[in-house]
Amino acid sequence: MSILVIAEHNNKSLKASTFNTIKAASEIDKDIDVLVCGFNNDDVVTAASKTEGVSKVLEVNDRVIEHQLAEQVSQLIVNLSKNYSHVLAPSTTFGKNLMPRAAAILDMSQISDISAVVSPDTFVRPIYAGNAIATVQSSDKIKFITVRPTSFESVEPSGGNASIEKISYNLNDVKTKFVKRQESETERPELGNAKIIISGGRGLESAENFKLLNEIADKLNAAIGASRAAVDAGYIGNEYQVGQTGKMVAPELYIAVGISGAIQHLAGMKESKIIVAINKDEEAPIFGIADYGLKADLFEALPEISKELDLLNDIAK
Amino acid sequence: MKILVAVKRVIDYNVQIRVKADNSGIETDNVKMSMNPPDENAVEEAIKLKTSGVVSEVVVVSIGLEKSQDTIRSAMAMGADRGILVKTDQMLDPLAVAKTLKAIVEKENPDMVLLGKQAIDYDCNQTGQMLSALLDWPQGCFVSRLGVKDQTITISREIDEGLEELEIQLPAVVTCDLRLNEPRFASLPNIMKAKKKPLDIISIDNLSVDTNSRVKYIKVEEPPVRKGGAMVADAKELIQKLKYEAKVI
Repeated sequence: MSILVIAEHNNKSLKASTFNTIKAASEIDKDIDVLVCGFNNDDVVTAASKTEGVSKVLEVNDRVIEHQLAEQVSQLIVNLSKNYSHVLAPSTTFGKNLMPRAAAILDMSQISDISAVVSPDTFVRPIYAGNAIATVQSSDKIKFITVRPTSFESVEPSGGNASIEKISYNLNDVKTKFVKRQESETERPELGNAKIIISGGRGLESAENFKLLNEIADKLNAAIGASRAAVDAGYIGNEYQVGQTGKMVAPELYIAVGISGAIQHLAGMKESKIIVAINKDEEAPIFGIADYGLKADLFEALPEISKELDLLNDIAK
Repeated sequence: MKILVAVKRVIDYNVQIRVKADNSGIETDNVKMSMNPPDENAVEEAIKLKTSGVVSEVVVVSIGLEKSQDTIRSAMAMGADRGILVKTDQMLDPLAVAKTLKAIVEKENPDMVLLGKQAIDYDCNQTGQMLSALLDWPQGCFVSRLGVKDQTITISREIDEGLEELEIQLPAVVTCDLRLNEPRFASLPNIMKAKKKPLDIISIDNLSVDTNSRVKYIKVEEPPVRKGGAMVADAKELIQKLKYEAKVI
């Protein structure tokens, strides 16, 4: 058995999800190759070669594939796949977009969003927004799998010494043209692998009020998140959404502010280690899963929390 | 231009699901069923394109039990022109669904296939991507904005980092995000009218597609219960507990 992991990266650095995916791969077999395709991606190739547990890095460095369109990356995977028993990618919008395409070209099914490896052909995955947990077995020759990053630890980004191989390829033209990307610029930790997340919901009432979370996020070095209701209401961009159809997160501390706790939101965050809920409605379902609930008007509670954090910091000094 | 929209009948998103006592799956008897929510966005978008004159016909297809007719009728009540039910009692892998849809695409020759990005039951997020692969068409996935001009569409797709814009040549497969639009409610007269719209029922056996399952659900269990519900009095107690009890700040 050997495993091909598709690296998620932005041509500059590997995304944290890649390290979790390599960890999941290592629970299947120790022979792990990583595909890095993109353009001007030398740093990513080097980083992958140093990653714990990687045997070989397969490199494609070509302007044509700079934006890693699904129609292109799937061609590369199809060409490489005959050498592998498993192909893994993170269950992020990157992996979700391209993996089913590659699998279907090869007439293979896919197992989406696994949260545990039982054996090389049997895996655990949440269904119904995490309200049920399924154990599934694949009879496919090549197993295509996407991995829920928050369910696996990260391998070490150092300690590896993988060989690097430039692979030959022949990409067919595609009928999709990249136009542009709008990415939010932030100094804060990435939502997917932040240790602390503070998320806001409809209770914040406006885009302006949503910024109240920034102050506390700064003091805790936290990432900002949001419920679907807040994103739909236009308080903040879609890239902040936590939930069944947004991002899955599992930080050490998740602070839900003005979020009632719809099933769809809980699906994205209930694996967090500690959950704090701040809501003025004591009937809000979020309190049912919170380790610490604070029934309060968030517009009063947030400044108080900010002040208490300052006091802690003063003591620390 | 003609659009094919694929819709799935699933347990209504407001229903708290129950795992079957023998761990063989999820209880669906006597449970409210509805159209998969992002599929409603797909139907809505197709109807909007028809209203704006870009599209001349909207055909809705569903694959599943006899009762999936209800889901197709809902789409026709929203404004779709006609429906196709591919009848099967089998639970299909997304790959088998994609193969079945491909067979329908080959009969119907649409310029675009619209689907929800994910079904909220098995959360696979595969069918659209697989269908476009099997057809060798381009794909636009997780789309929150769709513009059509001649034989090209411009889409914004929701990605983890923000938004990505692509230009795609038709024919193409587009999977819809919940933020693409606000699905309309069907009016009573339109619900009545939908009952008279044509709905073809085809047995899946007549399509000669390979629907063998390669992914077996061995067991389905309840998730571990999270014990919550503890309350704190104020911000001070909260921060003290986070610092000295939970030790997370």
